[in-house]
Amino acid sequence: MKTYCRVSAILLCLFLLFVVSGCAQIPKGFLKPSETAMEKRQLQMKQYDTQDEIKIISSVAGVLQDLGFTLDESESGLGLVSASKRADATSTGQQVGAFLLDMLAALGGNGSASATKNCDKEQLVKASVISKLSIDKTKIVVRVTFQRIVWNMENKIKLVETIDDPVIYQKFYDALSKAIFLEAQQI
Amino acid sequence: MRNARWIGPLLFFVFVVSGCATTANKVFQMDESQVKLRSMQTRAFDTTDKKLMMQTVISTMQDLDFVIDKADLVLGSVTGTKFLGYAVVTMTTTVRPRGDKQLMVRVNAQYGIKSVEDPATYQDFFTALEKALFLTAQQVD
Repeated sequence: MKTYCRVSAILLCLFLLFVVSGCAQIPKGFLKPSETAMEKRQLQMKQYDTQDEIKIISSVAGVLQDLGFTLDESESGLGLVSASKRADATSTGQQVGAFLLDMLAALGGNGSASATKNCDKEQLVKASVISKLSIDKTKIVVRVTFQRIVWNMENKIKLVETIDDPVIYQKFYDALSKAIFLEAQQI
Repeated sequence: MRNARWIGPLLFFVFVVSGCATTANKVFQMDESQVKLRSMQTRAFDTTDKKLMMQTVISTMQDLDFVIDKADLVLGSVTGTKFLGYAVVTMTTTVRPRGDKQLMVRVNAQYGIKSVEDPATYQDFFTALEKALFLTAQQVD
């Protein structure tokens, strides 16, 4: 009876192992547009009353430089500029919280708590800007998208995400409008 | 002494499993046949405007949350990255002429370290592209 139990336990473990490892499959439907795609489009796009594609794309490159990005890739034929920036990601609030958490864990006898180690340390923000003529060919449409990768204190990737914060997009377009003006004044 | 009996076969097994395995050839492994793969990744469209097609591909990819990393008008290639939870999806689209009246669009996607070889996933992309183009995607044999 004992052997029977042991064998069935092993079989159960193997079964679970296969079930768990089998789940690591590619999900379906990740190339389907989401329901919020249209809203995002509104957030990421802005139109400018000009037909001068070169003026806009050089202003875009200028504004990215203003924001401290370095240009990674560009294709002026398609109006593409992609750029990236490494920045600090530490936040005092998060660190204080993590420190308190570690203190509590230490008091509770768990000396190896690692909330502090999991705090954000650095981030890489990628920006990709496309500018093209609108369908009626009277305006230029600019669309920007941002992504970021966050590393923790142990230099491990903690988070990857698309940035959806409207404030960030607004800041970018404010700076771009200013850059287009500055470029026109040759500053 | 009883345990010693097992050591020989065990060592043999370890060598067989790990011995001469090289991981370099894993890069060139294909689960699907080359023809099948091409047919699920490729569609033809009745237009010759390569620039417009590439711009539509880019905006479709952006609608799908991709950030465009690279593009080349001459080669007709567009590469982008999308974050899906903790997974990274990279996708390359190439646009090239097919005869005098058509353009051929080929997409290949990778999910983490796996190549995407599911026809339905590619079909989703082409459906979105069709809508953006107001053109019908035709199966290429």
